[in-house]
This record gives sequence, C-alpha cells and structure tokens, in this order.
Amino acid sequence: MTETPGVATRAPEPPIAVAMSGGVDSSTVAAMLARQGHAIVGLTMQLWNQRRLPGLSTEGAVGRCCSLDDVYDARRVAEQIGIPYYVVNFEREFEEHVVKPFVADYLSGRTPIPCTLCNNYIKFDRFLEMADSVGARQIATGHYARIRFDSASGRWQLLRGVDHGKDQTYFLFGLTQEQLSRTLFPLGELTKPETRDLARSMDLSVAAKSDSQEICFVPNGDYAAFLDAYLKETGAPPEATRGEIVTADGRKLGEHEGVHRFTVGQRRGLGVATGDPLYVISTDPISQRVTVGAGAELLRGAFHVHSVNWVSIAPPAVPVRAEVKIRNKHNAAAAEIRPTADAARVEVVFDEPQRAVTPGQAAVFYDGDVVLGGGWIEPESRS
Amino acid sequence: MASFSYFDHNATTPVAPEVMAALSACLSEVYGNASSIHRFGQAAKQRLETARRQVAALLHCPPASLVFTSGGTEADNMAVLGVARAAAGASRHVIVSSMEHPAVLGPAAQLEREGAAITRVRAGSDGLVDPEDIRDALRADTVLVSVMHANNETGAVQPIAEIARIAHEAGVPLHVDGVQALGKIPVDVETLGADLYSVSAHKLYAPKGTGALYVRKGTHLAPIAYGGHHERDRRPGTENVPGIAAFGAAAEVAATTLDAESARLGALRDRLENSALERIPQTAVNGTRAHRTPNTSNLRFDGIDGEALVIALDLRGFAVSTGAACSSGAIEPSHVLTAMGLSADRARSSMRFSLGRANTEEQVDALVEALAHSVAHLRRIAGHD
Repeated sequence: MTETPGVATRAPEPPIAVAMSGGVDSSTVAAMLARQGHAIVGLTMQLWNQRRLPGLSTEGAVGRCCSLDDVYDARRVAEQIGIPYYVVNFEREFEEHVVKPFVADYLSGRTPIPCTLCNNYIKFDRFLEMADSVGARQIATGHYARIRFDSASGRWQLLRGVDHGKDQTYFLFGLTQEQLSRTLFPLGELTKPETRDLARSMDLSVAAKSDSQEICFVPNGDYAAFLDAYLKETGAPPEATRGEIVTADGRKLGEHEGVHRFTVGQRRGLGVATGDPLYVISTDPISQRVTVGAGAELLRGAFHVHSVNWVSIAPPAVPVRAEVKIRNKHNAAAAEIRPTADAARVEVVFDEPQRAVTPGQAAVFYDGDVVLGGGWIEPESRS
Repeated sequence: MASFSYFDHNATTPVAPEVMAALSACLSEVYGNASSIHRFGQAAKQRLETARRQVAALLHCPPASLVFTSGGTEADNMAVLGVARAAAGASRHVIVSSMEHPAVLGPAAQLEREGAAITRVRAGSDGLVDPEDIRDALRADTVLVSVMHANNETGAVQPIAEIARIAHEAGVPLHVDGVQALGKIPVDVETLGADLYSVSAHKLYAPKGTGALYVRKGTHLAPIAYGGHHERDRRPGTENVPGIAAFGAAAEVAATTLDAESARLGALRDRLENSALERIPQTAVNGTRAHRTPNTSNLRFDGIDGEALVIALDLRGFAVSTGAACSSGAIEPSHVLTAMGLSADRARSSMRFSLGRANTEEQVDALVEALAHSVAHLRRIAGHD
C-alpha cells in the first residue's frame, strides 16, 4: 500500500460530520471542532442548480446557495483546517421535499417557509443519514440555537441562541428527540460578532464574508419570478392562477396575475388604487380571489396549527401558556395553546390579537428561551 | 500512517518513473520553441518528433498522422467539430453513441445548436453499441459517426471494426474516442478502420495536459482554433514539448508492457469481481463481462447510495468512483449506465473500480473487505435489510 503525504491520519473516535455551506458560521463550527481535537468530516450539500432556470437572473444575486463560489470557500476552509471534505448531491431530495412544496404552497395561497422544510427533510434527515453512511455519529451545523439534555424530564431541549437577533429556532421546531440527541450547535452560545472574531482569530478565509440572505434558491428574494420560471420549466403555466382582487364584502377592485404573487399582510404591488392603504387579508386558490382590506382587518386573535411537533416537553393534555411567534421576525406574543381532539393539532389564542396570521407560516411556542414546540398555521376555516 | 489504495485509474493515473525521468530531463534541458530555427528550437523539435514516433508506434499509425493536443477533450472537439464543419452541403447529420464522454457529446450538442441533426444511438444492457443501429441511423447527409473504443465507466469495448465498415460503406468517416482504450488493449487504428482517433496522456501514466488526435490521411478537418502553423497547420499553439515527451515515454512503456500488464490486471479485476459477487448479496456486474478493458469493473450494489459509498471508502483509504462529478464536485447519476437502460436508482447504486500498475492482490482483498463492510452498513442505514 502506498503512503500519501499531506493527508492527516484519522483519530479512532467516530468523526463529527459538519454541514459546511461555505459561509462564516459553518466554517467557524468546523474549525472550532477541529481545534478541540475532534475528528471531522466536512460535507457541503449541493441542493439546487442555480443555472437550472434560464431567464432567472442570478447575476449579482444575493443569498444564493450552492454556488461554485460557496463550494470553493468551503473546500478552502476544509483544506486550511486539514479535514476530509466532500460535496454531496441532494438536489433530488431538495426539489422533492422543499422546492415542490414551496411552489405548491404559494399556488394554494399559503406563504411557505422552505427553510423549515429543508431542516426537517434535508439537514436533519438526509444529512444525518449521510453522516451515518460515512461513519459519523453526530452532526454539527452553524445554526444559532442551543440544545441541552434535561435530566428531570429525560428530554432533549431546544433553546434560543444567546444572540436573540440571530436566533434560528423558529426554523428548527420540527426536530425530533433523536435528531437533537445527535446534533451539535456550537454557535448557540455565541453572538454573531463573537463568531466573526473567532473566525478571524483562526485566520479563516471566510471571516469577512457577508451573511446569506432570504431563501437560498430564490435569487434576490424574487419569489414571483422564481415561481414563474419554475412553473414554465415544469410545464404548468402561471396564467392559470389569474383572478380577481376583492374586498371582504365582495366588491371587485381589480384583477391580478396569480395568487402566488400575494402574501397575507402585503401592502405594495396590489395594483389597485383607493384612498386608504389596503392590505392583503387572504388569498383563495380555489376561487383565485385575493381579498384586501384595511389594516385592522388583518388582526386575528385565534387560529389553528396543524402537524404540531412538541420539542422540549411531552405533548400537553391541558392548555399551556406560551409566547408564540408567527413569523421569524415577529415578537413572540403571549397566548394559550389549547390541545384539540387531534394530538397533532392545537388552537392558539392570543392575549392580544396579532397582525397578519399567515397560513403556511409556522407558529412556534416558547417558554422564555425554551422551544416548547411548533406547527403550521392553518387557513381560516370557512365553515 | 493510514494507507491509501488507488482504484480510479480510468480517471487518471500516477506518473510512471520512466515518464518522470523523460519529463524532468526535457524540462531541464530543452527549453527551445520547437518552431525556432536555432539549435535550441531544433532540440525541442527532435523531442517532439521522437515522441510522435513513440505514440504512433502504440497506435500503429504513421507518425505524420498524429496531431498533439492539450488532451483528449481537445482531440474529441477537433474531430467532431472539425469534420462536421469541413463537410460540404447544406444539411449535416452526425451519429454518436449516447454513452460517449461529454468531450464528444458536448461538441455534438453544439453542432445541434448550429443547425446540424444529431442521432444518439443507445447501447444495449451489455454496454455495447449494436453496429446495425449505426447502419439504421445513417442518412444521406450523415457527415460523421463517432463511437468510443472503450467505455470509461464499464470498460465495454465497442465493435469498432464493424462500425467502421458500415460507416465507410456509406462513405462516412468514423471518429473513435480511444482515451480509455490506449494502453489497456492493443490499438491498431488502421486495422480498426478509424479515420480519427483521440487519445490522452494522463490515462497512460503521463502528466495531464497532453493528448493527440490521429487523422487518417485525406480526412477533411476544419480548424477549431486559429493562430499558427504548428502541427502541420492542424493545431495552432506552441507545443507542450515536455508534456509530449512524457507522453512519448509513456507510450513506449505501454508498448512493451501491454500484454503482460493486461493479463495481470485482468486476473486482479476478476479476483475483485468474483469475491465481491460471492461475499456481497444483491451485487451485479453492469454490462458485458466478456468485451471489456481488463482493468475496469462496474458493480451495482442494490439499495445503496453510491455517493455515500465513495465517501465511506475514501475515509477507509480506498479511492473509487461513481457517475460523473459535476462542477461543484457533487455526483450525478451516470449517463452511461442510464443509456444502457439502468434505472436512475440502480445507476446511483453503481460503482466503478479501475485498476492499474500499482494495485496488488493484497489491495484488492482489502478493498473487498472494506466494500463488504461498507455496503452492509449502508444497507442497514437505508433499512434495506
């Protein structure tokens, strides 16, 4: 057998698989774990081919994922810290579990959160399986969140990152006990500036790289353009979703180019002129109607949540108090979570009505920093 | 120290000691431009022509019919684009096999964008092109047939002589991508009937960056690059003399060792294959076992993710490959295996092992051991058994 110089020997302990996106956060995670003496395997998930949809300009786009530049950066960091590194192709799974539901959600009048689906089905499912495949027991990512084991309840708990501004738990409510038990979030105890300092102190080439923005596979955050291009490629013309813009009492104010172009709470780009500011109150994919109204009509005091995952506590049999976040940037509002006959479905009743409760978005329940659980906001029942 | 075994010789080969000696001698002693009149230029020209004779000897062709290129990809591009663009007539039709390397499929697709018609002939499940399919695809305006000699993924050796006969009956020239055949099986371009034949140095224990195209005398070829009279006006650009000298040395080594090394690699490959088939359930050979280059084995392990297996084996010290890497380095299902009728899932569960000079029985046995362990582990994870 031949000896290959320059390839580090691997410690006998099973390696930790680090999900490396090429950004500063995951690069810092890989470097800090390597510095602590752990055996590391760096893996970059190739999720989406940015050149796939022609006509969708990615030139100068911000927040793109899986670009060759990102892979280059991740590879360079892996080389710098001397760990084995591979790119793994999850494009198929990503399209199936993230992109298609994203498109379907928009077309059915919901506003989806692909990042949560990606966490549930790709990063903490397919990636964990890939980690298993290459002999790793644990995975580590650059998420701003904390995990701890609560011996009293015997459960793994998910907590907000200490940097509340960067906290990503809103997207992580779907994690299971098994996933939590095998995951490391080394940045949970750090603020973003501390992460950058650490990256700089380790001379990582990506220390000054700007943060990724928006949804990674949608260039410049232009959902409508992405949907148009994707639907065109897959042979479903977006014209099919044209319809009317109406008020709650049924007055027609105008027409629109597709319900997928509207999201609850949206004010700009309605294409109708009235004296008072108008907001999208709801969208209906069946009638293709977009209902608009005054800001006050956006307020809702209660709504239902389906596919609930209880993270840090066992499913409660009685109502629990919690602070509930209905958007990533929403300030969690006090509410009561009421169980229903369906164990995976709850009713959320706010103490004070909240603006723009948007079907398709997640509602995540907190007790202070602890993520109790979360689920998906249902459309208002028309019964 | 961890040890590593290399089973990916169809991707590239290490530089042989004899080749290294020729290369470094050339680099240190001969720096002239082969086009220069003075003795420095003449010395370079001598190395160039020596190498041409050496490579021609391995291909059994006249040295003057060889054009040195930057590699197999350039040679393929020169042949496919060059013949089609030199052809007279308003409409042009080109036949390729759908198992060709992207270096042939790419220029064919470009010709298609330029208005040519392309027929892509599929292979059978044995990985072989049926010459009758080529005959059926021929049209009055067909200007070129391009079929590879040996496939890079399965090693399947195509019935080139028969395809050449069929093409020539119709008055159509035949290009053969011989990158994976040279040095592995005997190649006699004139007997084969190839009008153009592409080869690459780095598959032959020489460095990357050099290749050649055999052009039968009388074949019309339009240039694809412009700017000099090098290589008999066929390929402009100052010749990479050290790389070409290394190619020549590699060809000479291959010519003297081909028979013995083929027999040795064939036995080693069969050892690998037979013990893998015996030890690992639900394993199969992709393609023919009869008409193959002796160093190549393509095995399918049902229910596993080939990408994960490549990584797992690399972490255990064994370099193998699957599919083709895309620009990021991620793996896509093999177009060769899908062209043979394999499902995408089965293509994804397939693995290529390509042996070479440094491989030993001990390495093969250790590889099968690691394979058996990794395949079982992956199947357990996938809940396959």
